Amino acid sequence: MNIYVILKQTFDTEEKIVIQNGDIFDDGVKYIINPYDEYAVEEALRQKEQHGGNIIVVSIGPSRIAEALRTALAMGADEAVHISDDRIVGDEFTLSNVLAAYFNKQSYDLILGGHFSIDNGGGQVAIRLSQLLNIPHVASIIKVDVSEHQALVLRDSEGDTETVEVTLPALFTAQQGLNEPRYPSLPGIMKAKKKPFHHLTLDDLGLTETEIRTKTERISLFLPPQRKSGQILQGELNQQASELVHLLLHSDVKAI
Amino acid sequence: MSKSYVVIAEVRGGKLRQVTLEALQAITIVKEDGDLVAAILLGHQISAISEHLSQYVSGQIHVIDHVDLETYNAETYFSAIQNVLDTLNPHAVFLGHTAEGRDLAPMIAAYLHAGQLSDVISMEKVETEVRYTRPLYAGKAFEQKKFIDGPQVVTIRPNNMAAADTNDSQADIVTIAYSPPSSLRSIVKDVIRKTSGKVDLTEAKIVVSGGRGVKSVDGFKPLQELAEVLNGAVGASRGACDAGYCDYAMQIGQTGKVVTPEIYIACGISGAIQHLAGMSQSRIIIAINKDPEAPIFKLADYGIVGDLFVVVPLLTEEFKRAMA
Ligand SMILES: Cc1cc2nc3c(=O)[nH]c(=O)nc-3n(C[C@H](O)[C@H](O)[C@H](O)COP(=O)(O)OP(=O)(O)OC[C@H]3O[C@@H](n4cnc5c(N)ncnc54)[C@H](O)[C@@H]3O)c2cc1C
Repeated sequence: MNIYVILKQTFDTEEKIVIQNGDIFDDGVKYIINPYDEYAVEEALRQKEQHGGNIIVVSIGPSRIAEALRTALAMGADEAVHISDDRIVGDEFTLSNVLAAYFNKQSYDLILGGHFSIDNGGGQVAIRLSQLLNIPHVASIIKVDVSEHQALVLRDSEGDTETVEVTLPALFTAQQGLNEPRYPSLPGIMKAKKKPFHHLTLDDLGLTETEIRTKTERISLFLPPQRKSGQILQGELNQQASELVHLLLHSDVKAI
Repeated sequence: MSKSYVVIAEVRGGKLRQVTLEALQAITIVKEDGDLVAAILLGHQISAISEHLSQYVSGQIHVIDHVDLETYNAETYFSAIQNVLDTLNPHAVFLGHTAEGRDLAPMIAAYLHAGQLSDVISMEKVETEVRYTRPLYAGKAFEQKKFIDGPQVVTIRPNNMAAADTNDSQADIVTIAYSPPSSLRSIVKDVIRKTSGKVDLTEAKIVVSGGRGVKSVDGFKPLQELAEVLNGAVGASRGACDAGYCDYAMQIGQTGKVVTPEIYIACGISGAIQHLAGMSQSRIIIAINKDPEAPIFKLADYGIVGDLFVVVPLLTEEFKRAMA
């Protein structure tokens, strides 16, 4: 089985967001594999353990993302593809078209990605890609069983669970609950250094800047207004409870 | 030249979702006089819903009613929508940022070679430029974006914008024949509804959430009772989900759902940054925690330091009495 994982590197979830000169300040910030994409990597490893095959992790971005790809290799992926080019500046339209150009030249059974990225939160690239490749997708999966040329997946739809049967090749996006990602082992990290690591540019993909020009543009960036610190109620607990209810129902906070 | 704006209406549990009306209202901010506003409504046996929807739409409702559309399937739904999009040639397509909208929007965007802005929480028109505000890092920052060119796809976050009002001129209902996809490669075999009937978490006006402090599956019961009295929904921290006290579908936070209710009541939740990311935009935040040092108190408008198993039932009783 040829399994591909598209992944993205994001800020560590503990990081505070600081804006400087109209952009998000990233000096000294810790980067991780987008948590949802990490589930996708783990699922690829489990599928390979069951069915055999080859796992290729693919990412678009600046040189620092090589680290995320190396982590995936250390977890057990077989090859990495780093698409890096200063001319790739854009939104999900841009990224999905770059990926489509890459995948159009590959043969794949499964493409896995994350349900969304925790930084930008667009939730577009993977599904756009499936549409561009004309393969079916199932988003937000929490279980997958692959047999022959089919997969049976469970997907989370706002709390409801749907069972979907899909013909391969197909693209799935991973939701929390799908699995528990493993940590890269020390031998894994050593082995990762020798695994194939490919670098690609727009020219390798046969794309021009114009074809992938972004469709949207940022006008401004800002932090949410600070919440003013609140009030800890005092007194017996039953008094506190009735005070709170009164505040919510009758005072100027009136929320119900 | 007049343009057309399209809303993909969403039905859940046999009812039109509130977010569809919010999307219709959002369009009134950006459209110009003379533009067409159309809704596409899919499902099975939906004539009552289309009548209901027609009170809110001034233009057209394209109804595709077929047994194959009874439950959501990306392929059948997209195939049905595709034909209407070809006819309407929309300037913009609006959807709810819901499980269904999140799934369909990128398919539509890819098909139309369109830009897409996801999870929009507000928008404004400045002269001819429309500015869309959306969260980054689950609300740790926000950005305003605009479209450069081409068709536009927008998903709007439920519960953040006003809903459309009924209007005097009823929409034309246009019945469209369902055309199945040329090859159906995915089949929805089964749907287990865990949420129908109850208030939807992302649309709830009041959310009562439990953390690891609830200590067990049963520990959520007092929270459910409080939520019921307030007609709210129950959420959870990842701590509670990881411990197996509840379903991941209830998780609120950076890697869970993002909610913006009128009132958020956090019970036995410490207030980790990843949890705050999912609820810090709530209008009023209430924290119940027995640890006075819990970071959640720094964010809360009102805090009660105490055991949630004592405080939550007290609140339930007080609300019952006060609202009787
Ligand atoms: C990549 C990543 C993503 C994450 N995403 C999310 C996310 O989306 N959402 C999320 O919530 N977390 C997320 N987390 C986890 C987050 O960091 C915290 O671990 C989690 O929020 C803690 O849950 P908690 O507050 O319920 O538990 P704890 O931190 O254990 O806090 C329990 C609280 O309950 C109080 N308590 C105990 N008993 C009682 C009682 N009887 N009455 C009153 N109070 C009581 C305690 O004082 C304590 O403050 C993520 C973490 C990572 C690394």
